[in-house]
Amino acid sequence: MHNEHSDTHFQTRIDNGEHIEAKDYMPENYRKHLIRQMSQHAHSEVIGMQPEGNWITRAPSLRAKQILLAKIQDEGGHGLYLYSAAETLGVSRVEFIQQLQSGKAKYSSIFNYPALNWADVGAIGWLVDGAAIVNQVSLQRTSYGPYSRAMVRICKEESFHQRQGYEIMAKMMKGTKDQQAMAQDAMNRWWWPALMMFGPHDTDSPHSSDAVKWKIKRETNDELRQKFIDKTIPQAELIGLTVPDDKIKLDEKTGHYKIGPINWDEFYRVIAGNGPCNKQRLDHHIKFHEEGSWVRDAAVAYKQKHSTKELQTV
Amino acid sequence: MSLDTQLDLWEVFIQSKSGLPYIHAGSVHASDNKMALQNARDIYTRRGEGTSIWVMPSKYIVASNPDDNDMLFDPSNDKVYRHPTFYVMPEGAKNI
Repeated sequence: MHNEHSDTHFQTRIDNGEHIEAKDYMPENYRKHLIRQMSQHAHSEVIGMQPEGNWITRAPSLRAKQILLAKIQDEGGHGLYLYSAAETLGVSRVEFIQQLQSGKAKYSSIFNYPALNWADVGAIGWLVDGAAIVNQVSLQRTSYGPYSRAMVRICKEESFHQRQGYEIMAKMMKGTKDQQAMAQDAMNRWWWPALMMFGPHDTDSPHSSDAVKWKIKRETNDELRQKFIDKTIPQAELIGLTVPDDKIKLDEKTGHYKIGPINWDEFYRVIAGNGPCNKQRLDHHIKFHEEGSWVRDAAVAYKQKHSTKELQTV
Repeated sequence: MSLDTQLDLWEVFIQSKSGLPYIHAGSVHASDNKMALQNARDIYTRRGEGTSIWVMPSKYIVASNPDDNDMLFDPSNDKVYRHPTFYVMPEGAKNI
């Protein structure tokens, strides 16, 4: 009989396209990689509520406000799908929150940039959610069952996010000179960080090779980034936005756009905690987590009172 | 304050249309029945995904062990008489 607890058997299952479920045997590093990636993904959804939340009270119309509220509620929901999927790996929610708040766990660096004006809300939806979708569509086929199922659910909801952002940008580009300048300024500030969301080049990516071998990642950072670039440049041109990269060229042979060099120094600086909003984002999370503790305590007290009553009636 | 402030874990099952089976959707954290149902509604059915929800404390789920799969899910192919094609029908028999 085959040994179900061997890495060889595990790899055979992966190679056969099987999904791995919570109680199945998995190599320790596969588990570790998933815990890191899935919790980082969950934290990103939750921290990602902040830059946009900043604009709920200042949305330019009731329609815009309703849309933004619904989008931010989705992001919170996505964080919760992902936390619950990640918890199947044997780490508790409270540990995930502690790792986020202590800085041990990361979240996507993009959320360490500020949303300065309404055009940023458009750029975030279009570019940041757009980049996230490319990644998430690919992750629907990830080898870990609970992660894959969470991704399917998220992808169903996510395309509204990108479309509402692109609608904002298109509207501003049809507006006054000032509005057009605002949209272009937001494009200039968000384009490069959006490209960095896919992570370092494949040649410099420390976690990539195992992740591809285990089919946690189905496509590499550079493949996903290229998909995003090829989709987004024509969308920018259609509404009259200029992509802030004078080296962009369409390679007629391959049909892919070539871009100029990405400023990786900036990427690593922001990851290391020195982006414009790193401290603000974590402080905000900790503050509201602590201020909400009375709600959790009350819920627990209610449950205890309730269960004592139940016992008495038995 | 209690050590684990994240409340109990519940599993969520959703029926997408009347008549269809309830399918596992994910889990939520909640301290009591009512909160579990409310959280499941808010997290898993914001777009008409369901007509009915079940929630149950995760600790009550009993799951099979993947190590027992060979034994539990052996298709018993030797018991061919479990399949309708095993039986010989008289020539000309209809609607059977």
